[in-house]
Amino acid sequence: MTESLKLRVDRRGNLAVVYTEGYINNQGGEEIARVAYKLLDDDCSRLLLNLSGTKIVNSIGISILIEIIEKMIEVDGKLAFCCLTPTIEKTFHIMGLAQYAGIYEDEQSALGALET
Amino acid sequence: MREVKLTLPMAPDMEIEASETATSMAEAMSMSADKIDEVRMAVVEACINAFEHSRSEDRQVHLTFEVMGSGNPERLRITVRDHGIGFDPDTVEEPTIEDKLKAERKRGWGLKIIHGLMDDVAILSNDRGTTLVMSKSV
Repeated sequence: MTESLKLRVDRRGNLAVVYTEGYINNQGGEEIARVAYKLLDDDCSRLLLNLSGTKIVNSIGISILIEIIEKMIEVDGKLAFCCLTPTIEKTFHIMGLAQYAGIYEDEQSALGALET
Repeated sequence: MREVKLTLPMAPDMEIEASETATSMAEAMSMSADKIDEVRMAVVEACINAFEHSRSEDRQVHLTFEVMGSGNPERLRITVRDHGIGFDPDTVEEPTIEDKLKAERKRGWGLKIIHGLMDDVAILSNDRGTTLVMSKSV
């Protein structure tokens, strides 16, 4: 059985970096959404998902990330991703996520974009 | 090792078992790491599609992994088969992010992802089940 996704949150004012570790499937996506919506409720409207610890995702998990993008658009927030494997990045481009959420090679450049 | 067959129950995370077999086969063919990752993701999506939509009574998905090519391996062909109710691939609407952002149901990306990651994809489906055949060159 696959281990469940682990998350770690680094809050920096109205910005938070959420580090993922493990498979982003249905349960993993739900867990990310739970954490993201809690941060939004707590006036944290800039989120960076650092996927350096995630080597595989599935489309159900990504569908839940699309729900988070929808929510961020509603509240005029910002969502970005960094440290994706080439295949996850390619998948995000196939699905068009890059049009609505920034995708960055590393955390530093993502934070730079989110802070502007 | 030219062919491996695998039958999996439609149970949570079984798609990972299939992806691990695909990885082992692709590694044995000396496929690049990025291509292996793409095959792995496509296998995950094909299995999830069968799990979610086939409505097969036996609740099983059957996979065949074949090394193609005369002499050196040239291509990995993967067949994913279920005995479900089938569907008409021509009626499946291609999802777009614009539509999905507005829609209640945000799922339905599997086939688009598989087509985007693999070199060739073919789907044969009728009321006795669905067979998806996909391949990627080394």
